[in-house]
Amino acid sequence: MSVLQALDLRRRSASSVPPLPAGKPAAVAVAKLIDVSKCIGCKACQTACLEWNQLDQPIGYTDGTYNNPTDLTTASWTVMRFTEYEHGDDLEWLIRKDGCMHCDDPGCLKACPAPGAIVQYTNGIVDFISDNCIGCGYCVKGCPFNIPRISQTTSKAYKCTLCSDRVVVGQAPACAKACPTQAIYFGTKDEMIAHAGKRIVDLKSRGYQNAGLYNPQGVGGTHVMYVLQHADKPSLYAGLPDNPHISPLVGIWKGVMKPLSLAAIAFAGAFGLMHYVTKGPNRVTEHDEEKAAELAGSDKA
Amino acid sequence: MTNSWNDIKNADVVLIMGGNAAEAHPCGFKWVVEAKANNGAKLIVVDPRFTRSAAVSDLYAPIRPGTDIAFLSGVMRYLLGNGKIHQKYVNAYTNASYIVKEGFKFEDGLFTGYDEARKNYVDRSAWEYEFDEQGMAKVDETLQNPRCALNLLKAHVERYTPEMVERICGTPKDKFLKVCELIASTANGERSMTSLYALGWTQHTTGAQNIRSMAMIQLLLGNMGIPGGGVNALRGHSNVQGITDFALLSTSTPGYLVLPTEKETTFADYMKSRAFKPIRPGQTSFWQNYGKFFVSQQKSLFGAAATKDNDWAYDYLPKFDTAYDVLKMVDMMAGGQMNGLFCQGLNILMASPNKAKTQSGLAKLKWLVIIDPLETETAHFFENHGEFHNADPKAIQTEVFQLPAMAYAEDEGSFTNSSRVIQWHWKAVDGPAESRSDIQIIADLHSRLRALYTKEGGAFPDAIVNTSWNYAKPAHPEPVELLKEINGYAIEDLPDPADPTKTMLKAGQLLPTFGVMRDDGKTSGACWIYTGVYTEAGNMSMRRDASDPTGLGIHPNWGFSWPANRRILYNRASADPTGKAWSERKKYITWNGSRWVGGDVPDYAPTMAPDKSVGPFIMNQEGTARIFARGAMPDGPFPEHYEPMDAYIANPLHPKVTTNPVVRVFAADAKSFGTPDKFPIVATSYRLAEHFHYWTKNVHDNAVLQPEMFVEMGERLAKAKGIKNGDWVEVSSQRGMIKAKASVSKRFRPIMVDGKPCDVIGLPIHYGFIGLTRKSYPLNTLTPSVGDASTNTPEYKAFLVDVKKTTPPASQPATV
Repeated sequence: MSVLQALDLRRRSASSVPPLPAGKPAAVAVAKLIDVSKCIGCKACQTACLEWNQLDQPIGYTDGTYNNPTDLTTASWTVMRFTEYEHGDDLEWLIRKDGCMHCDDPGCLKACPAPGAIVQYTNGIVDFISDNCIGCGYCVKGCPFNIPRISQTTSKAYKCTLCSDRVVVGQAPACAKACPTQAIYFGTKDEMIAHAGKRIVDLKSRGYQNAGLYNPQGVGGTHVMYVLQHADKPSLYAGLPDNPHISPLVGIWKGVMKPLSLAAIAFAGAFGLMHYVTKGPNRVTEHDEEKAAELAGSDKA
Repeated sequence: MTNSWNDIKNADVVLIMGGNAAEAHPCGFKWVVEAKANNGAKLIVVDPRFTRSAAVSDLYAPIRPGTDIAFLSGVMRYLLGNGKIHQKYVNAYTNASYIVKEGFKFEDGLFTGYDEARKNYVDRSAWEYEFDEQGMAKVDETLQNPRCALNLLKAHVERYTPEMVERICGTPKDKFLKVCELIASTANGERSMTSLYALGWTQHTTGAQNIRSMAMIQLLLGNMGIPGGGVNALRGHSNVQGITDFALLSTSTPGYLVLPTEKETTFADYMKSRAFKPIRPGQTSFWQNYGKFFVSQQKSLFGAAATKDNDWAYDYLPKFDTAYDVLKMVDMMAGGQMNGLFCQGLNILMASPNKAKTQSGLAKLKWLVIIDPLETETAHFFENHGEFHNADPKAIQTEVFQLPAMAYAEDEGSFTNSSRVIQWHWKAVDGPAESRSDIQIIADLHSRLRALYTKEGGAFPDAIVNTSWNYAKPAHPEPVELLKEINGYAIEDLPDPADPTKTMLKAGQLLPTFGVMRDDGKTSGACWIYTGVYTEAGNMSMRRDASDPTGLGIHPNWGFSWPANRRILYNRASADPTGKAWSERKKYITWNGSRWVGGDVPDYAPTMAPDKSVGPFIMNQEGTARIFARGAMPDGPFPEHYEPMDAYIANPLHPKVTTNPVVRVFAADAKSFGTPDKFPIVATSYRLAEHFHYWTKNVHDNAVLQPEMFVEMGERLAKAKGIKNGDWVEVSSQRGMIKAKASVSKRFRPIMVDGKPCDVIGLPIHYGFIGLTRKSYPLNTLTPSVGDASTNTPEYKAFLVDVKKTTPPASQPATV
């Protein structure tokens, strides 16, 4: 994704970002708005994501629900989550498109120890730079939404890029482009908040008194937002966090643990060198190859 | 569709019943979302289960599969009983005031003229108006005469009280009345309701009458010919409207002309019943042009061989004795009456109900030809696929030929969508390997057969050797050549009717409109309703101008909408009898003092003044629309509720006539229907948004999104049977048994029928033993081989089954 280096960075994991050249304005903040009240769960967005990003998700099995694949994987960066919500005599089928929320204050980036493996552009998009990823899984712990998935094959973390490669050339994300009912909107964050306002008025007129925008402030707001019929109870929507925030552990890692970890890494490096000098280089055996093939198959199921 | 996809945005109420647009038509569903978001529309969904459409609805009401007529008759009763009809519209534009013959009666579930032995209404003469000496239908505009069609309708639907609707359909009375209220809010010319339906209405033994019920409701509300109104069939394939226009029914010819019957041995006989004389003073009765369309079609079929002297080659046409629909074909195959079968774009083993019967039929053929871009179950019917398809190849002698066809993106051509809009599509890629287009395959076959008949003769080679075949490359007609032939052209110079000394069209020029077609052999045209699609100005189906000057979603320069590029049919009815719009909100076509004007093409003579009192429904001899269908439907001039053939209860209205009395049941199928004592659960079938029929199971990403067959059921049934989500279950019917995984949800609730809970289960249609999805038992193993009384569309939507927990199939893992 080197083309994206053309995008100015706002944050860079485990490292600092040089300030923008004098006089260069920061990119305007973008956002994707997912209007759950317009979503029919057709999964056109899932297909568009697989196709645009050339992801190879293996064919699975049904578990007796409409959730397929049943969870996010290293190859499925977005999935629909279907929830049946019964209240009194009435039933609602709440269908939420799950995926990276692109937090304005990204827990994954803060937790990441690998310099430049996670970046945030000035437009707000949070992106994983695979070349720099060490597969440690700290981003998983740092994410309040349980989004990143670590590949057992490549030992890298994967998630939605908000189609940063499309956005940089002025295109909407593939999912927004594919959505037949315009349940997925894309534009500047301000526009999306304004559009959501109109949708909420409509929903309230239809009896959804608690309709509202999900743009949680615990993570500084998000660049993927939802219009919810029941914004007072986000957790109804397949466990969308009511009040997400970055785990306090991330602060501990970055504070107390960081110098200790660096010392440990230095020791490990020295040990490795000693091992090479005394025992020689590692050789890949046939058994290793078989194990690798097995892993590649099981990775995305 | 009488209206169009884009027009849905003009609706104030959207009723989805007999379909599930969000699931089966997600792209078209955007117009429903548009109506809701920008027109304040309310969406009603009536369905046995809580669907994806229901997920975004304002009002959902459950209904037992196969009881739509009871529900809709209840709506009619509500509208008539509460004065919620658009009275001026009904009086002026329908046959409400027409007096029906004294002899017409409805008693104990049967209309007049039923013959018990022949299981048919052999005498429909009483299903008719009273006529005066001039042959004009008698009317009573005061509607006082109890024999007025409207009064007979009132009496007919009086039995469908909200309590009766609840008893038959299981729709709770309060929900039903809420639906009625919302529907009734459009009975005023100010607001409109659109009805969106699909196979949830057609795939019943009362299929055509389901749709007729809605047509009647829309007429009572004044919603026909109105923006945001209409009765709108959502077509299930990109070009299924196109195939329907080109003689889908075995008794039709293109453009909804009718194939002669074996009793119509001469052209004169054939035309005698197709005079279509007006039966009200001064009416248009547009079908009086039938002869022009028929002769032009014969000229396109047989060219110079169709002459006035040989009655335009009338003798070349086959004369039908009975309908040869797919159910009939399968019955004949299974009865050993057929030697060979061509399946062109048809996976008959999956598509025809009662798979065991189809399998036995295919096994009796001498040869089977498959023309398809994909591998189909039908092409592999003789193989053994374990318990999913347990055939014995050694016992099957059928020779199978597979001719690989190109897919639509591998050749150019036209699609006709639900809106009746014909749109050209361009070739994207070359077809793989030795694949050929369907046109090439058929053309090559024709050339070879024609050569054989020319050389060897035969009992009656005339029709084949005289078929018109004027293409630059006879073995490879270009789609453009075919579209021109369909549009039609002048065979000789045609004089200008206004000034016969001038020439209107030179020989060979394309016809601008079907209005210039002639019955003297001087014009050719294969399908009159398509005339205008390819004129001297070019290929109109290639137009892609998205502009919409009125903002009403008309888009007049996008493609070509048959007939005559008209986007809303019967649009004269959008204005009142004096030519003014019923309301400013729904203004569409109005009279400006000298002609009809508006954003669309008027469905009317453009300069016919309103004071001439010509009705807006010009295709009828009356000029009005029919709430009383006369003899047009085989099962009655009014819709009546009959149970599906797998009847869940005895019909509460007339227990002695529980099911549709004129349904065709083959002798071989007499014992194939289930009863609730053995099969106490009602089942229905449907599509999933993630798949398209039996095609996309060959596509990796679609297979990812819905990888495997499942059976949807409610929590009550699952609990009673000890079934948990993901467990393997066995579903059995009188026809067969399948296994699939259970999907237990709150979206299926037991429906209270006749005071007792009725469990409903749902089965997706897509899965089989070929493709990338998990191997599955085809769903049509369970469904009955019986169809609609009018069209013989199979009854896939309502049948009886039993369910029990079982063990996984041998080749499947036990857990997910």
